[in-house]
Amino acid sequence: MHEMSLAEGIVQLVEDAARADGCSKVKVIWLEIGQLAAVEIEALRFCFDAVTRDGIAAGARLEIIATPGQGWCMKCEGNVPVTALYEPCPVCGSYQIQVTGGSEMRVKEFEVE
Amino acid sequence: MTCGCGSGQTLIGGHALKQRRHAAGKVQYRVQDGLARFPHPSPLPEGEGVHVHEHSHDSIDFGTGPAGAHAPGMSQARMVKIERDILSKNDSYALENRTYLSEHGIFALNLVSSPGSGKTTLLVKSINALNGSLPLVVIEGDQQTDNDAARIRATGAPALQINTGKGCHLDAYMVGQAMQQLKLQDNSLLLIENVGNLVCPASFDLGEAHKVAILSVTEGEDKPLKYPDMFRASDLMLLNKCDLLPYLTFDANLAIENARRVNPNIQVIRISATSGEGMEEWLEWIKAGCRKAARTRNEPNP
Repeated sequence: MHEMSLAEGIVQLVEDAARADGCSKVKVIWLEIGQLAAVEIEALRFCFDAVTRDGIAAGARLEIIATPGQGWCMKCEGNVPVTALYEPCPVCGSYQIQVTGGSEMRVKEFEVE
Repeated sequence: MTCGCGSGQTLIGGHALKQRRHAAGKVQYRVQDGLARFPHPSPLPEGEGVHVHEHSHDSIDFGTGPAGAHAPGMSQARMVKIERDILSKNDSYALENRTYLSEHGIFALNLVSSPGSGKTTLLVKSINALNGSLPLVVIEGDQQTDNDAARIRATGAPALQINTGKGCHLDAYMVGQAMQQLKLQDNSLLLIENVGNLVCPASFDLGEAHKVAILSVTEGEDKPLKYPDMFRASDLMLLNKCDLLPYLTFDANLAIENARRVNPNIQVIRISATSGEGMEEWLEWIKAGCRKAARTRNEPNP
Protein backbone atom coordinates (compact mmCIF):
# COMPACT_ATOMS: atom_id res chain seq x y z
CA MET A 1 0.00 0.00 0.00
CA HIS A 2 0.95 3.65 0.46
CA GLU A 3 4.44 3.00 1.84
CA MET A 4 5.72 6.37 0.65
CA SER A 5 3.11 8.18 2.76
CA LEU A 6 3.92 5.96 5.72
CA ALA A 7 7.64 6.66 5.32
CA GLU A 8 6.91 10.39 5.21
CA GLY A 9 4.77 10.03 8.34
CA ILE A 10 7.56 8.22 10.16
CA VAL A 11 10.17 10.78 9.18
CA GLN A 12 7.91 13.66 10.17
CA LEU A 13 7.24 12.19 13.63
CA VAL A 14 10.90 11.41 14.19
CA GLU A 15 12.27 14.70 12.84
CA ASP A 16 9.87 16.77 14.94
CA ALA A 17 10.71 14.84 18.10
CA ALA A 18 14.45 14.87 17.35
CA ARG A 19 14.45 18.60 16.69
CA ALA A 20 12.51 19.30 19.89
CA ASP A 21 15.16 17.26 21.64
CA GLY A 22 18.03 19.19 20.04
CA CYS A 23 19.82 16.20 18.62
CA SER A 24 21.49 16.24 15.24
CA LYS A 25 21.45 12.67 14.06
CA VAL A 26 19.00 9.81 14.22
CA LYS A 27 20.67 6.44 13.96
CA VAL A 28 18.05 3.74 14.44
CA ILE A 29 14.26 3.85 14.43
CA TRP A 30 12.16 1.11 15.98
CA LEU A 31 8.77 0.51 14.42
CA GLU A 32 6.02 -1.77 15.53
CA ILE A 33 4.23 -3.16 12.49
CA GLY A 34 1.40 -5.63 12.91
CA GLN A 35 1.15 -8.72 10.76
CA LEU A 36 -2.28 -7.56 9.53
CA ALA A 37 -1.28 -3.93 8.88
CA ALA A 38 -0.78 -4.62 5.15
CA VAL A 39 2.59 -2.93 5.08
CA GLU A 40 5.14 -4.22 2.63
CA ILE A 41 8.29 -3.95 4.74
CA GLU A 42 10.74 -3.99 1.85
CA ALA A 43 8.79 -1.26 0.07
CA LEU A 44 8.73 0.73 3.30
CA ARG A 45 12.53 0.45 3.62
CA PHE A 46 12.99 1.59 0.04
CA CYS A 47 10.71 4.61 0.53
CA PHE A 48 12.25 5.38 3.89
CA ASP A 49 15.72 5.61 2.34
CA ALA A 50 14.35 7.93 -0.32
CA VAL A 51 12.56 10.33 2.03
CA THR A 52 15.31 10.50 4.67
CA ARG A 53 18.00 11.57 2.24
CA ASP A 54 19.75 14.77 3.38
CA GLY A 55 17.62 14.96 6.54
CA ILE A 56 18.35 14.37 10.19
CA ALA A 57 17.54 10.67 9.75
CA ALA A 58 19.65 10.15 6.62
CA GLY A 59 21.19 6.69 6.68
CA ALA A 60 19.19 5.66 9.75
CA ARG A 61 18.44 1.99 10.18
CA LEU A 62 14.87 0.74 10.47
CA GLU A 63 14.23 -1.97 13.02
CA ILE A 64 10.87 -3.66 12.68
CA ILE A 65 9.12 -5.29 15.60
CA ALA A 66 6.44 -7.50 14.07
CA THR A 67 3.37 -8.07 16.20
CA PRO A 68 1.27 -11.16 15.51
CA GLY A 69 -2.30 -11.02 14.27
CA GLN A 70 -4.87 -11.87 16.92
CA GLY A 71 -8.60 -12.10 17.00
CA TRP A 72 -11.60 -12.98 19.12
CA CYS A 73 -13.62 -15.82 17.66
CA MET A 74 -17.28 -15.22 18.48
CA LYS A 75 -18.12 -18.89 18.06
CA CYS A 76 -15.27 -20.28 20.18
CA GLU A 77 -15.50 -17.28 22.52
CA GLY A 78 -11.74 -17.21 22.75
CA ASN A 79 -8.58 -15.59 21.42
CA VAL A 80 -7.19 -17.12 18.26
CA PRO A 81 -4.20 -16.33 16.06
CA VAL A 82 -5.10 -14.60 12.77
CA THR A 83 -2.62 -14.86 9.93
CA ALA A 84 -4.72 -13.13 7.26
CA LEU A 85 -8.01 -11.24 7.28
CA TYR A 86 -9.74 -13.78 5.02
CA GLU A 87 -8.67 -16.85 7.02
CA PRO A 88 -11.21 -18.74 9.12
CA CYS A 89 -10.79 -19.47 12.84
CA PRO A 90 -8.09 -22.17 13.09
CA VAL A 91 -10.12 -23.93 15.81
CA CYS A 92 -13.72 -23.99 14.56
CA GLY A 93 -13.52 -22.72 10.98
CA SER A 94 -15.87 -19.78 11.55
CA TYR A 95 -15.29 -16.42 9.85
CA GLN A 96 -16.91 -14.52 12.71
CA ILE A 97 -13.62 -13.15 14.01
CA GLN A 98 -13.06 -9.74 15.49
CA VAL A 99 -9.45 -8.68 14.96
CA THR A 100 -7.97 -7.55 18.28
CA GLY A 101 -4.28 -7.22 17.47
CA GLY A 102 -1.80 -7.09 14.65
CA SER A 103 -2.96 -4.01 12.77
CA GLU A 104 -0.70 -1.53 14.57
CA MET A 105 1.70 0.80 12.76
CA ARG A 106 3.66 2.71 15.37
CA VAL A 107 6.95 4.50 15.81
CA LYS A 108 8.07 3.21 19.19
CA GLU A 109 11.36 4.95 19.75
CA PHE A 110 14.55 6.00 18.07
CA GLU A 111 18.20 6.24 18.91
CA VAL A 112 19.98 9.56 18.60
CA GLU A 113 23.55 10.68 18.81
CA MET B 1 6.42 -2.10 -6.49
CA THR B 2 5.16 0.81 -4.50
CA CYS B 3 2.43 3.13 -5.53
CA GLY B 4 4.54 6.22 -5.01
CA CYS B 5 2.05 8.05 -2.86
CA GLY B 6 3.42 11.24 -1.53
CA SER B 7 2.66 14.85 -1.04
CA GLY B 8 3.87 17.66 -3.23
CA GLN B 9 1.54 17.70 -6.23
CA THR B 10 -1.84 17.91 -4.59
CA LEU B 11 -4.31 20.33 -6.11
CA ILE B 12 -7.70 21.28 -4.73
CA GLY B 13 -9.90 22.91 -7.31
CA GLY B 14 -6.73 23.47 -9.34
CA HIS B 15 -4.86 25.30 -6.57
CA ALA B 16 -1.80 23.89 -4.86
CA LEU B 17 -2.28 22.49 -1.38
CA LYS B 18 -0.20 24.17 1.28
CA GLN B 19 2.46 21.92 2.72
CA ARG B 20 2.16 21.19 6.35
CA ARG B 21 4.62 20.36 9.07
CA HIS B 22 3.54 20.44 12.67
CA ALA B 23 5.28 19.65 15.90
CA ALA B 24 4.81 16.15 17.23
CA GLY B 25 3.53 15.31 20.69
CA LYS B 26 5.31 14.87 23.96
CA VAL B 27 8.80 13.47 23.87
CA GLN B 28 9.70 10.99 26.55
CA TYR B 29 13.03 9.57 27.49
CA ARG B 30 13.80 6.10 28.51
CA VAL B 31 16.67 4.82 30.58
CA GLN B 32 18.28 1.98 28.68
CA ASP B 33 17.21 -1.35 30.11
CA GLY B 34 20.70 -2.56 29.45
CA LEU B 35 22.18 -0.24 32.04
CA ALA B 36 20.49 -1.93 34.93
CA ARG B 37 21.48 -5.35 33.72
CA PHE B 38 25.15 -4.49 33.24
CA PRO B 39 26.62 -3.35 36.55
CA HIS B 40 30.07 -1.89 36.55
CA PRO B 41 32.62 -4.67 36.71
CA SER B 42 34.12 -5.31 40.12
CA PRO B 43 37.75 -4.35 40.49
CA LEU B 44 40.08 -7.23 39.84
CA PRO B 45 42.70 -8.11 42.43
CA GLU B 46 45.63 -5.75 42.26
CA GLY B 47 48.90 -6.77 40.73
CA GLU B 48 47.46 -8.78 37.86
CA GLY B 49 48.33 -6.18 35.28
CA VAL B 50 44.73 -5.54 34.24
CA HIS B 51 43.10 -2.16 33.81
CA VAL B 52 40.81 -1.49 36.73
CA HIS B 53 37.61 0.35 35.95
CA GLU B 54 37.09 3.29 38.24
CA HIS B 55 35.57 6.73 38.16
CA SER B 56 38.21 9.40 38.41
CA HIS B 57 39.11 12.56 36.53
CA ASP B 58 41.34 10.75 34.12
CA SER B 59 39.06 7.85 33.23
CA ILE B 60 36.45 7.54 30.55
CA ASP B 61 33.59 5.19 31.17
CA PHE B 62 32.64 3.33 28.02
CA GLY B 63 30.14 1.20 29.85
CA THR B 64 27.13 3.50 29.78
CA GLY B 65 26.05 2.92 26.20
CA PRO B 66 23.09 0.88 25.07
CA ALA B 67 25.07 -2.31 25.14
CA GLY B 68 26.44 -1.57 28.58
CA ALA B 69 29.88 -2.09 27.14
CA HIS B 70 32.09 -0.56 24.54
CA ALA B 71 32.49 -1.97 21.10
CA PRO B 72 34.68 -0.35 18.46
CA GLY B 73 32.70 2.12 16.36
CA MET B 74 29.73 2.14 18.71
CA SER B 75 28.96 5.52 20.18
CA GLN B 76 27.07 6.36 23.32
CA ALA B 77 23.65 6.85 21.86
CA ARG B 78 20.47 7.79 23.63
CA MET B 79 16.95 6.58 23.08
CA VAL B 80 13.99 8.84 22.48
CA LYS B 81 10.69 7.12 23.09
CA ILE B 82 7.72 8.52 21.16
CA GLU B 83 5.15 5.69 20.82
CA ARG B 84 3.07 7.32 18.15
CA ASP B 85 0.96 5.82 15.42
CA ILE B 86 2.46 6.40 12.01
CA LEU B 87 -0.92 7.68 10.85
CA SER B 88 -1.49 9.82 13.94
CA LYS B 89 -1.31 13.09 12.00
CA ASN B 90 -3.90 11.95 9.53
CA ASP B 91 -6.05 10.68 12.39
CA SER B 92 -5.94 14.04 14.15
CA TYR B 93 -7.08 15.84 10.98
CA ALA B 94 -9.78 13.20 10.57
CA LEU B 95 -10.97 13.88 14.11
CA GLU B 96 -11.21 17.60 13.31
CA ASN B 97 -13.29 16.80 10.24
CA ARG B 98 -15.51 14.38 12.14
CA THR B 99 -16.08 16.89 14.93
CA TYR B 100 -17.07 19.58 12.43
CA LEU B 101 -19.39 17.21 10.60
CA SER B 102 -21.11 16.02 13.74
CA GLU B 103 -21.55 19.59 15.03
CA HIS B 104 -23.31 20.48 11.80
CA GLY B 105 -25.34 17.31 11.41
CA ILE B 106 -23.61 16.41 8.14
CA PHE B 107 -23.64 12.79 6.99
CA ALA B 108 -20.36 12.03 5.19
CA LEU B 109 -19.61 8.96 3.07
CA ASN B 110 -16.24 7.90 1.72
CA LEU B 111 -16.81 5.95 -1.50
CA VAL B 112 -14.00 3.55 -2.33
CA SER B 113 -13.46 1.09 -5.15
CA SER B 114 -11.10 0.09 -7.91
CA PRO B 115 -11.05 2.32 -11.00
CA GLY B 116 -13.92 1.65 -13.37
CA SER B 117 -16.40 0.21 -10.86
CA GLY B 118 -18.90 2.90 -11.77
CA LYS B 119 -18.60 5.19 -8.75
CA THR B 120 -19.12 8.46 -10.60
CA THR B 121 -22.03 7.16 -12.69
CA LEU B 122 -23.65 5.82 -9.52
CA LEU B 123 -23.18 9.19 -7.84
CA VAL B 124 -24.65 11.08 -10.79
CA LYS B 125 -27.70 8.77 -10.86
CA SER B 126 -28.09 9.00 -7.09
CA ILE B 127 -27.97 12.80 -7.14
CA ASN B 128 -30.52 12.90 -9.96
CA ALA B 129 -32.80 10.50 -8.10
CA LEU B 130 -32.57 12.55 -4.90
CA ASN B 131 -33.74 15.41 -7.08
CA GLY B 132 -32.84 18.18 -4.67
CA SER B 133 -34.65 16.58 -1.72
CA LEU B 134 -31.43 16.65 0.25
CA PRO B 135 -28.75 19.38 0.26
CA LEU B 136 -25.49 17.72 -0.79
CA VAL B 137 -21.97 18.44 -1.97
CA VAL B 138 -19.40 16.15 -3.55
CA ILE B 139 -15.63 15.98 -3.14
CA GLU B 140 -13.97 14.16 -6.02
CA GLY B 141 -10.54 12.62 -5.69
CA ASP B 142 -8.44 11.69 -8.71
CA GLN B 143 -4.77 11.83 -9.53
CA GLN B 144 -5.39 14.14 -12.46
CA THR B 145 -8.19 15.96 -14.35
CA ASP B 146 -11.34 17.75 -13.30
CA ASN B 147 -13.54 15.38 -15.34
CA ASP B 148 -15.42 13.75 -12.47
CA ALA B 149 -16.22 17.01 -10.69
CA ALA B 150 -17.49 18.38 -14.01
CA ARG B 151 -19.80 15.34 -14.38
CA ILE B 152 -21.18 15.96 -10.89
CA ARG B 153 -21.59 19.71 -11.48
CA ALA B 154 -23.64 18.91 -14.59
CA THR B 155 -26.31 17.52 -12.22
CA GLY B 156 -26.46 20.92 -10.50
CA ALA B 157 -24.77 19.71 -7.30
CA PRO B 158 -21.68 21.61 -6.08
CA ALA B 159 -18.49 19.58 -6.49
CA LEU B 160 -14.84 20.20 -5.78
CA GLN B 161 -12.05 18.22 -7.39
CA ILE B 162 -8.97 17.22 -5.44
CA ASN B 163 -6.07 16.14 -7.66
CA THR B 164 -3.67 14.07 -5.63
CA GLY B 165 -0.88 14.26 -8.21
CA LYS B 166 1.41 11.38 -7.31
CA GLY B 167 -0.80 10.31 -4.42
CA CYS B 168 -3.05 7.28 -4.61
CA HIS B 169 -5.53 8.23 -1.88
CA LEU B 170 -7.22 11.19 -0.25
CA ASP B 171 -6.08 12.08 3.24
CA ALA B 172 -7.93 13.87 6.01
CA TYR B 173 -5.99 17.10 5.56
CA MET B 174 -6.95 17.38 1.88
CA VAL B 175 -10.60 16.72 2.72
CA GLY B 176 -10.50 19.27 5.57
CA GLN B 177 -9.18 21.90 3.16
CA ALA B 178 -11.82 21.01 0.58
CA MET B 179 -14.56 21.18 3.26
CA GLN B 180 -13.49 24.72 4.05
CA GLN B 181 -13.77 25.73 0.42
CA LEU B 182 -17.17 24.16 -0.07
CA LYS B 183 -20.12 25.80 1.57
CA LEU B 184 -21.42 22.91 3.63
CA GLN B 185 -24.99 23.30 4.81
CA ASP B 186 -26.15 22.09 8.18
CA ASN B 187 -27.96 18.73 8.11
CA SER B 188 -26.68 17.91 4.63
CA LEU B 189 -24.94 15.08 2.82
CA LEU B 190 -21.23 15.04 1.93
CA LEU B 191 -20.17 12.45 -0.64
CA ILE B 192 -16.44 11.89 -0.99
CA GLU B 193 -15.39 9.87 -4.03
CA ASN B 194 -11.94 8.58 -3.23
CA VAL B 195 -9.22 7.84 -5.76
CA GLY B 196 -9.97 4.57 -7.57
CA ASN B 197 -7.78 2.19 -5.58
CA LEU B 198 -8.71 -0.78 -3.43
CA VAL B 199 -5.56 -0.65 -1.33
CA CYS B 200 -4.35 2.66 0.06
CA PRO B 201 -7.58 4.51 0.92
CA ALA B 202 -8.44 1.74 3.42
CA SER B 203 -5.97 3.09 5.96
CA PHE B 204 -6.77 6.79 5.71
CA ASP B 205 -9.65 7.93 7.86
CA LEU B 206 -11.15 11.10 6.40
CA GLY B 207 -13.61 11.75 9.22
CA GLU B 208 -16.50 10.08 7.36
CA ALA B 209 -19.39 8.25 8.97
CA HIS B 210 -18.91 5.18 6.73
CA LYS B 211 -16.71 3.86 4.00
CA VAL B 212 -18.82 2.44 1.19
CA ALA B 213 -17.05 -0.08 -1.04
CA ILE B 214 -18.31 -0.43 -4.59
CA LEU B 215 -17.63 -3.73 -6.33
CA SER B 216 -18.88 -4.19 -9.86
CA VAL B 217 -19.87 -7.55 -11.24
CA THR B 218 -17.43 -7.15 -14.13
CA GLU B 219 -14.63 -7.62 -11.59
CA GLY B 220 -13.83 -10.90 -9.82
CA GLU B 221 -15.82 -12.51 -6.99
CA ASP B 222 -12.57 -12.85 -5.07
CA LYS B 223 -11.80 -9.12 -4.91
CA PRO B 224 -12.80 -8.97 -1.21
CA LEU B 225 -10.26 -11.72 -0.51
CA LYS B 226 -7.57 -10.11 -2.65
CA TYR B 227 -8.07 -6.70 -1.04
CA PRO B 228 -9.38 -7.60 2.41
CA ASP B 229 -8.39 -4.36 4.14
CA MET B 230 -10.79 -2.28 2.11
CA PHE B 231 -13.76 -4.57 2.58
CA ARG B 232 -12.95 -4.85 6.26
CA ALA B 233 -12.88 -1.06 6.62
CA SER B 234 -16.21 -0.59 4.83
CA ASP B 235 -19.65 -0.77 6.43
CA LEU B 236 -21.59 -1.14 3.19
CA MET B 237 -20.80 -2.86 -0.09
CA LEU B 238 -22.65 -1.85 -3.23
CA LEU B 239 -22.56 -4.68 -5.75
CA ASN B 240 -22.80 -2.54 -8.86
CA LYS B 241 -23.68 -3.17 -12.53
CA CYS B 242 -26.06 -5.98 -11.52
CA ASP B 243 -27.96 -5.47 -14.79
CA LEU B 244 -25.02 -7.22 -16.50
CA LEU B 245 -25.29 -10.43 -14.43
CA PRO B 246 -27.20 -12.40 -17.13
CA TYR B 247 -24.26 -11.93 -19.51
CA LEU B 248 -21.50 -12.87 -17.07
CA THR B 249 -20.32 -15.89 -15.14
CA PHE B 250 -19.98 -13.73 -12.03
CA ASP B 251 -21.40 -15.46 -8.94
CA ALA B 252 -22.97 -12.67 -6.89
CA ASN B 253 -23.61 -14.89 -3.86
CA LEU B 254 -19.99 -15.98 -3.80
CA ALA B 255 -18.82 -12.34 -3.96
CA ILE B 256 -21.06 -11.46 -1.01
CA GLU B 257 -19.92 -14.53 0.90
CA ASN B 258 -16.29 -13.51 0.30
CA ALA B 259 -16.98 -9.98 1.54
CA ARG B 260 -18.55 -11.42 4.71
CA ARG B 261 -15.53 -13.66 5.24
CA VAL B 262 -13.35 -10.59 5.70
CA ASN B 263 -16.07 -8.50 7.34
CA PRO B 264 -18.95 -10.45 8.92
CA ASN B 265 -20.85 -7.20 9.59
CA ILE B 266 -20.74 -5.68 6.11
CA GLN B 267 -24.13 -4.72 4.67
CA VAL B 268 -24.70 -5.43 0.99
CA ILE B 269 -26.98 -3.81 -1.58
CA ARG B 270 -27.22 -5.21 -5.13
CA ILE B 271 -27.51 -2.23 -7.38
CA SER B 272 -27.42 -1.04 -10.97
CA ALA B 273 -27.04 2.59 -11.90
CA THR B 274 -28.28 1.66 -15.38
CA SER B 275 -31.46 -0.32 -14.61
CA GLY B 276 -32.16 1.38 -11.29
CA GLU B 277 -32.21 -1.92 -9.39
CA GLY B 278 -31.40 -1.38 -5.71
CA MET B 279 -31.35 2.41 -6.06
CA GLU B 280 -34.30 2.87 -3.75
CA GLU B 281 -32.68 0.81 -1.01
CA TRP B 282 -29.40 2.71 -1.39
CA LEU B 283 -31.09 6.13 -1.27
CA GLU B 284 -33.14 5.05 1.73
CA TRP B 285 -29.90 3.98 3.45
CA ILE B 286 -28.44 7.46 2.75
CA LYS B 287 -31.57 9.24 3.98
CA ALA B 288 -31.62 7.19 7.18
CA GLY B 289 -27.99 8.16 7.76
CA CYS B 290 -28.77 11.83 7.20
CA ARG B 291 -31.72 11.70 9.59
CA LYS B 292 -29.51 10.09 12.22
CA ALA B 293 -26.73 12.67 11.71
CA ALA B 294 -29.24 15.50 12.11
CA ARG B 295 -30.86 13.87 15.14
CA THR B 296 -27.60 13.19 16.96
CA ARG B 297 -26.11 16.53 15.99
CA ASN B 298 -23.54 17.61 18.50
CA GLU B 299 -23.84 21.36 18.88
CA PRO B 300 -20.55 22.92 20.00
CA ASN B 301 -20.44 24.28 23.50
CA PRO B 302 -20.69 28.09 23.46
